[in-house]
Amino acid sequence: MKLTLKIWRQKNADAKGQIVEYPIDGIEGDMSFLEMLDILNEDLITKGEEPVAFDHDCREGICGMCSLHINGEPHGPDKGITTCQLHMRMFKDGDTIFIEPFRANAFPVIKDLVVDRSSFDRIQHAGGFISVNTSGNTIDANAIPINKHDADEAFEAATCIGCGACVASCKNSSAMLFVSAKVSQFALLPQGKIEATERVLNMVKQMDEEGFGNCTNTGACEVECPKGISLENIARMNREYLSASLKG
Amino acid sequence: MSGILNSSVGRKFAMALSAFFLMIFLVQHFAINILSVFSADTFNEASHFMGTFWVVQYIFQPILILGVIFHFVMGMVLEIRNRNARKIAYVKYNGNANSTWMSRNMIYTGAVILLFLGLHFYDFWFPEIEVKFIDGDMSGLLANGEYRYFEHLQHKFVDVWRVALYCLAFVFLALHLLHGFSSAFQSVGANNKYTRGLRGFGKAYAIIIPLGFIFIALYHHFN
Repeated sequence: MKLTLKIWRQKNADAKGQIVEYPIDGIEGDMSFLEMLDILNEDLITKGEEPVAFDHDCREGICGMCSLHINGEPHGPDKGITTCQLHMRMFKDGDTIFIEPFRANAFPVIKDLVVDRSSFDRIQHAGGFISVNTSGNTIDANAIPINKHDADEAFEAATCIGCGACVASCKNSSAMLFVSAKVSQFALLPQGKIEATERVLNMVKQMDEEGFGNCTNTGACEVECPKGISLENIARMNREYLSASLKG
Repeated sequence: MSGILNSSVGRKFAMALSAFFLMIFLVQHFAINILSVFSADTFNEASHFMGTFWVVQYIFQPILILGVIFHFVMGMVLEIRNRNARKIAYVKYNGNANSTWMSRNMIYTGAVILLFLGLHFYDFWFPEIEVKFIDGDMSGLLANGEYRYFEHLQHKFVDVWRVALYCLAFVFLALHLLHGFSSAFQSVGANNKYTRGLRGFGKAYAIIIPLGFIFIALYHHFN
């Protein structure tokens, strides 16, 4: 397969970036998208040019590290996957592929396609945890009976890998799907209910301070989420937040 | 509670509440307007009641005007904040792959509706205010002793360009409601087993009400 890649190149966080065109040949349909970029980088290194910087880690769709906005969509044209799970068979010989970093003020570009997603970490630090006294009399979590429906919903929310595709796909750069998943996974379980009020208030406050946009319910985040996190979580977070605000 | 409007979730909630209020008003407005198709006398009586009853005039009407202003101002605030959240745009952005045109363009469909409201106020509301509160005539009657409301309505829909503008505005209203109805429920946290049915009802509402207004405008133009 012969392709034309149009890749965002940016030397560092302060430099002005631009799209640079790279022709590439010999790409097989069974290759992953990241393998294709590996081949491009080997070519660039051989030519003595700077390789394209991009995020990746597990390459199994687990860690959420690989980002990339491919042909106008986070993680490319396939649904329910991360970029490392995207195969080149999704493209045709002769295609032009635009590869850009996830765009949001809260995700500043570090270099080329690598963005700083530590704003998600700070939101987690603001309340995405439970405080457990481990002095010796802690009840085993498995000994606490939990309604099956709630357990399933909490588990589904907890599958969020924090990749940032929700922010990247949202026309408003809203992080509400991510934050709502983190709020929901605790709000549904007895262990999480104790700190529920301050958790949702603090996490939403941190989300707003990071400069993410306001959700207008376009649903793009749900469609692009590699883990299928549902918009129901955003509705739950809205309820939790309003209830917490009334209490506070 | 104090800082709720300063938060993104709080702003969504306030936007949704004003939307609910406006959607209920739209049903009431339609219910009175459709009377004009069936009976001029009933339409005149209903219009006179709405135009002179103090609860409607001095309580509901100011709340409605404030509701429209709030919905528009908050919509603009959200749009500006959201645009500022991504200062560098994508070179290639494929919004159709994951969202509807209506959901991405609420600000534009809303702006067209606002422009239409200017024309609608010029046509109906300002003349009413002039007669009632400047001329001091609360009778609602013409010189021949008949109510003026039905005649005023028919007179306004003679001009084909005005009718065309009204119809176009109602198409934009339908586009706005196709996303706005279900979005308002999501914003107040209502996403449950009834959501699917509610979405269907919302789509029906978003099509039937504007289509009804289009029918009324065309009916009076051709009759």
